[in-house]
Amino acid sequence: MIIRGKAHKLGDDINTDDIIAAKYLVSTDPVELGKHCMESIKPDFAKQVSEGDIIVAGKNFGCGSSREHAPLAIKGCGIRAVIAPSFAAIFFRNAINIGLPFLESEDAARINDQDQLEIDLASGVIRNITKDEMYKTQIFPEFLRELVRHGGLLNYIKEKERGQSHA
Amino acid sequence: MDLALGNDITAPLAISEFKKAGFARVFDNKKIALVPDHFAPAKDLKSANQCKALADFAAEQKIKNYFEVGCMGIEHALLPEKGLVGPGDLVIGADSHTCTYGALGSYATGVGSTDLARAFIDGKCWFKVPENIKFVYKGKLKKWVGGKDLILFTIGQIGVDGALYCAMEFGGPVISNLAMDDRFSMSNMAIEAGARAGLIEPDEITLEYVREVARTQGHKDTRTQGRKDTREKKYAGLKSDADAFYKKIYEWDVSALEPQVACPHLPSNVKPVDSLKNVTLDQVVIGSCTNGRISDLRIAARILKGKKVKAGLRLIVIPATQHIYRQAIREGLLEIFVKAGGVVSTPTCGPCLGGHIGILADGESCLATTNRNFIGRMGSVKSFVYLSSPAVAAASAIKGKIAHPDEA
Repeated sequence: MIIRGKAHKLGDDINTDDIIAAKYLVSTDPVELGKHCMESIKPDFAKQVSEGDIIVAGKNFGCGSSREHAPLAIKGCGIRAVIAPSFAAIFFRNAINIGLPFLESEDAARINDQDQLEIDLASGVIRNITKDEMYKTQIFPEFLRELVRHGGLLNYIKEKERGQSHA
Repeated sequence: MDLALGNDITAPLAISEFKKAGFARVFDNKKIALVPDHFAPAKDLKSANQCKALADFAAEQKIKNYFEVGCMGIEHALLPEKGLVGPGDLVIGADSHTCTYGALGSYATGVGSTDLARAFIDGKCWFKVPENIKFVYKGKLKKWVGGKDLILFTIGQIGVDGALYCAMEFGGPVISNLAMDDRFSMSNMAIEAGARAGLIEPDEITLEYVREVARTQGHKDTRTQGRKDTREKKYAGLKSDADAFYKKIYEWDVSALEPQVACPHLPSNVKPVDSLKNVTLDQVVIGSCTNGRISDLRIAARILKGKKVKAGLRLIVIPATQHIYRQAIREGLLEIFVKAGGVVSTPTCGPCLGGHIGILADGESCLATTNRNFIGRMGSVKSFVYLSSPAVAAASAIKGKIAHPDEA
């Protein structure tokens, strides 16, 4: 799967309250949540995102609460992947579970805001078209990639069950 | 797993995912706990509907451990008190502060709503096994210094990602002498350093707590609904191996440690209380899953007794569970808070996450015994949240600015 879009740069330790403030946790609709994505730190963020764009952040992205509304809000505003040197553990599993692709890369720092990027999820290679650079990332273990391929944990469980009942 | 937990924010999403995926029955109606605590008693129509989603699902699935307003409490204070979590248990909770139960020697960790939905289906969860980091605290704590100060100090030292993906293990002579409520405060904030768990080896203090819970619950395991509680036995062998591998070991003599305060806007921005004397406050909150337990209220009441809250400052006290609330009534603590000019709320997470009962206006500052001080966490994105122990919070409410408990 190839993702193409422009980079939106964010800092270190972007927490789940930054991604989606608690006052919006009275909805579970990704589109509704998406409208308020990053509102506390970048009020116009959702308006600046075009479908297919990519968040490029600093270390410890998604720290704080367990709210799955955070990756849902990111997906809902049109972002298709997140690149950061490291991710907070619960965000990590939530993103995998809902099928939001993300890549761990120290090269995130080399990417500038608005750079045009192309990500090959199968190989984990990021191409920076604007700067004409390539960044290699560590691909996840097969089990986790399978979850993302299935579009999330519950789809994976469902299809596994279906497979077993047909066998 | 032994228990899967959800609340009024995370469970509605799990319930709709569970149903959308076409599943009809939960795997075990005794191993699921549903606690409407974040926006409950419902703060508005939307949160009322979310709370109702929990109640309806609990009724439909005959979930035993659903706690309606009136027996409800903040989940991480409530579950240990009800004996639903204990030494040696594997617990997942769709709430980041699920790591609180590590204080009992339970591997308890925060997950998301989809994880909870999956647990509803088959009681399973995928895990990435964490590496361990050991924290050894030596010396003797000064007066007014407790578990909250230790964990704030620790996060200040290692940073908000200092234990990323790791399990923190707290030990040493200071921990051996630390009361259970203080241990809960420490394990509770392990997530604030990025950790998956905050573990403390079960000892006599743990065992005494577990016994007391068994007594109040009639010596029945509430999770198995009626069977005799056998978990006391389970705890005996729970020790870290002598040759256990640690990614890192920190060792600190904390004898000189002063009460600690985390400044806006990260829990790692920690300073000793004495360096913050000119911070004036609009609000003080004493409560939350970190510090809303009975010993937290006792220490605050000890300082506030016969004193008045500074004019113009709002003091909000929130006992974490109904049990603690009643205990505080019996001991006269609520009388002390109200007489001092504070207000007392029924159990709720409320202001901690900017839900209700104490939202901050533009430019306001608050000192809270809660666990996070991110931008906009308690309301306005232009407000400021400081984190401390209940002792510092009570003294600061009297002074109207951040103060050492000795000054009150």
